[in-house]
Amino acid sequence: MNPVSSPYLHQSNSIARVMRQVCVALLPGIFVFIWQIGLALLVQILVASVAALVFEALALRLRGRPVRPFVTDGSALVTAWLVALTFPPLSPWWLTVTGVFLAIVIAKQVYGGLGQNPFNPAMVAFAGCIVAFPAFMSQWPSLGLSLSLAEQIEIIFGFSPRLDALSGATPLSAIKATLKMESFYASIQELLGSQNLFGMFAGRGWEWVSTAYLAGGLFLLYRRVITWHVPVAFLLTLSLLACVFWVHDPSRFASPLFHLFSGGVMLGAFFIATDPVSGCATPRGKLFFGCGVGVLAYLIRVFGVFPDGIAFAVLLMNIAAPMLDRHSQPAVFGTRGASREEKP
Amino acid sequence: MALPGPGGRQLPCGRKPFLMLSRLFSFQGGIHPDSHKQESRDAPIRQAPLPERLTIPLAQSAGKTARPVVAVGDKVLKGERIGAADDWISASVHASTSGRVLDIAPCPMPHPSGLAALSVVIEPDGEERWIEREPVAYEKLSPEEVFRCLQEFGIVGLGGAVFPSHVKLKAALRATEDLILNGAECEPFITCDDRLMQERAGEIVSGIGILADLLQPRRVLIAIEENKPEAIRAMRDAVQAADKGFRVAVIPTIYPTGSLKQLIRVLTGREIPARQLPTDLGVQCFNIATAFSIWRALHHGEPLIRRVVTLTGNVARPGNWETAIGTPIGELLALAEPRDDTDGIIMGGPMMGTPLPEQKAPIIKASNCLIARSPALFPPRPEMPCIRCGSCARACPQELQPYELYWWSRARQFERLADYHLQDCIECGCCAYVCPANIPLVQYFRFAKGEIRVRAREEKNAEQARERFEFRQFREAREKAEKAEKLAKAAAAQAAKLAEAREKAEKTAPDAAPASATTTTAASPEEAGKAAVAAAVARAHAEPVAQETSPAAPTQETEARVSGPEKAAPAS
Repeated sequence: MNPVSSPYLHQSNSIARVMRQVCVALLPGIFVFIWQIGLALLVQILVASVAALVFEALALRLRGRPVRPFVTDGSALVTAWLVALTFPPLSPWWLTVTGVFLAIVIAKQVYGGLGQNPFNPAMVAFAGCIVAFPAFMSQWPSLGLSLSLAEQIEIIFGFSPRLDALSGATPLSAIKATLKMESFYASIQELLGSQNLFGMFAGRGWEWVSTAYLAGGLFLLYRRVITWHVPVAFLLTLSLLACVFWVHDPSRFASPLFHLFSGGVMLGAFFIATDPVSGCATPRGKLFFGCGVGVLAYLIRVFGVFPDGIAFAVLLMNIAAPMLDRHSQPAVFGTRGASREEKP
Repeated sequence: MALPGPGGRQLPCGRKPFLMLSRLFSFQGGIHPDSHKQESRDAPIRQAPLPERLTIPLAQSAGKTARPVVAVGDKVLKGERIGAADDWISASVHASTSGRVLDIAPCPMPHPSGLAALSVVIEPDGEERWIEREPVAYEKLSPEEVFRCLQEFGIVGLGGAVFPSHVKLKAALRATEDLILNGAECEPFITCDDRLMQERAGEIVSGIGILADLLQPRRVLIAIEENKPEAIRAMRDAVQAADKGFRVAVIPTIYPTGSLKQLIRVLTGREIPARQLPTDLGVQCFNIATAFSIWRALHHGEPLIRRVVTLTGNVARPGNWETAIGTPIGELLALAEPRDDTDGIIMGGPMMGTPLPEQKAPIIKASNCLIARSPALFPPRPEMPCIRCGSCARACPQELQPYELYWWSRARQFERLADYHLQDCIECGCCAYVCPANIPLVQYFRFAKGEIRVRAREEKNAEQARERFEFRQFREAREKAEKAEKLAKAAAAQAAKLAEAREKAEKTAPDAAPASATTTTAASPEEAGKAAVAAAVARAHAEPVAQETSPAAPTQETEARVSGPEKAAPAS
């Protein structure tokens, strides 16, 4: 519609453009993922994208909202891609679809659609599925597994049996086993030296995926789609905490570098915790939010029962976000200094 | 993240080695919209032809509307006063040309509502006969007298607020450290000040000289955005020629750097505290076009009857026209030849301007620019939900959180808006400009501000009504109490009279029958007791405020009356 009053000028920007940039920023991570882990991811992305658009359109139709502008805004695609990237690549197709359903319908549309969801949709999907289907959600393909695309598709769509041999320990779970003294290895140094599970500074293969996420995240920062506050606070807090434990007992706790480049930290720091809708919006609130995610993620992944802690850390901080925002309102022009008013 | 305190942010300005200012400051936020100034920047100021009718509104300054001092049918001269300033915050209005007064009636104003306001309609005679113009020897006058002169010449701020200049000058007379001349012209499309500085720099600087003489500031700063190199050069030359120590400050091109508070921040590093005026900090600011008209007024005896207006937008020939106040906007814009797909006129810039529904509305002292709008120039954009991306907060020069303001405005939780400082919003439009969801944020804020104003007024009215009601109740209660008091007194007097009458009766008829005597004595104490009870009841009823006293009072009255004639009759 035509603007009724000023301003009439407008920057050429749109939500669809923002979402496109997020997708572009995910591409390096996706490429490295496919190269290091397997083509199965591509199948998952495809399944998730189609499911997301269908669910979004259906939900919008049911809610009596205009379908086209919201299906084409790209937000459903971003969610779908994040679901695909956080689920194990050889998950059965219905698990991915269930995840996308949780994300799009339960976490987003039920709350009022774009801009209204209190929780990060992709993380709701992850948390819901890991609680409901813990076995499937921990079947990460063992490295060195060389399956053709056809074989991978057969596994995803259930035409071939899911063999236990397909999945192996992730670097994070191996380290957790060592910490809990359930492992064959007495210390992390021994563990690192013994298996081909570990690469130069973190999990073999995964370290490069994380590096690619980092590159994508820097692109988002450069394009000002996100601000530095959440990633920096998150990564710094996580490193600091990891550092304390690592210095305390390097034989039982992994190094900060390992933690930074393992699991979903880089993806979480730049693509998930930075979600503006469910996160904080004030600069100070974002810093608190990032710190909170960092602390919770470390505690859950090291001491909790789940393989990684990003999803629960983000969801827990989502709950705190409105309160953090409310108590971190920045000073207004002309109220700095002595006359600064405190916000309620 | 932490916001550096005032003075913490310094802009590199080493590119301008001849800049005499030691440093400039920056403000947070702001945007860099496409300036669109190239369209009209190089078009010299031309004289707009006189229209067939001039409609000169009498409300052309902030404050009180001028009082008409001509009558229908009067011949007026160019520059003749047609509206007299009616208060201190008010400025006179003058005929823009010579001619005949056709009408004095409400006419449509250049306002989005298209509402009418009292205007003087003049039919020009084409002779342009001036009143007698005499320069004012302002050096010999006291500041107060100069202010009166400026008020008489109808000098108001030409930056858009049309605040009477003499009021600002008087407020600043106490102590002005920095006198700032605003030539920033930060809104896109507008080039009228740019052209004025390029072509009439000498007169502007002379006008600034008058202001400086009046206010005796420590520094005089002429702020011009760096995207006006010709204007900067012209003003520098003029300043050098005047040799009064004025400084031309080249400020970065960022919208809204020409906004009062932001400009003062850029030049001085100081922030005008919320709800305070620059004068409180010893800073006063005038538009360069105001300085020009002050010079024309005091040195040439010309009242403010014309101004430069930029015509641009969806037009074939953009330009800058010196226009008589009162020229119909539609007629003026026709000079720039608007294209066929023009679907409206905006007065002012594209960021803060107002849409004009009425083509007959006149150019007023506040009109700096007319933009012909078209769907191609300002394409409609679909509004999406807010995703709280925070772009608006990063763009806000007042450092507000527009997404929160939007949230609460939309929810109509107006009382929450004060917590997020809606009242500090300057409606510059930066938030809506950057919003990826294309939300017309400023529209929401204007709506909320309007609602809050209405509510405040209603609250005030309700408060007044409550006070009136309470006073009425108080008054009624008081009257009741007084009445009851009176009745009690009357009853007491009655009792006393009765007693007296009985005594009298006993004296006058000592030999009365014992039977009658006993009846009298038996009745008399009874009556006296009754009167005492009535008095007590009346006193008791006087205490509560309620109307219950009113039915009670007549019964006592009747009681008194009933007992009165019977027993008091012998006494009288």
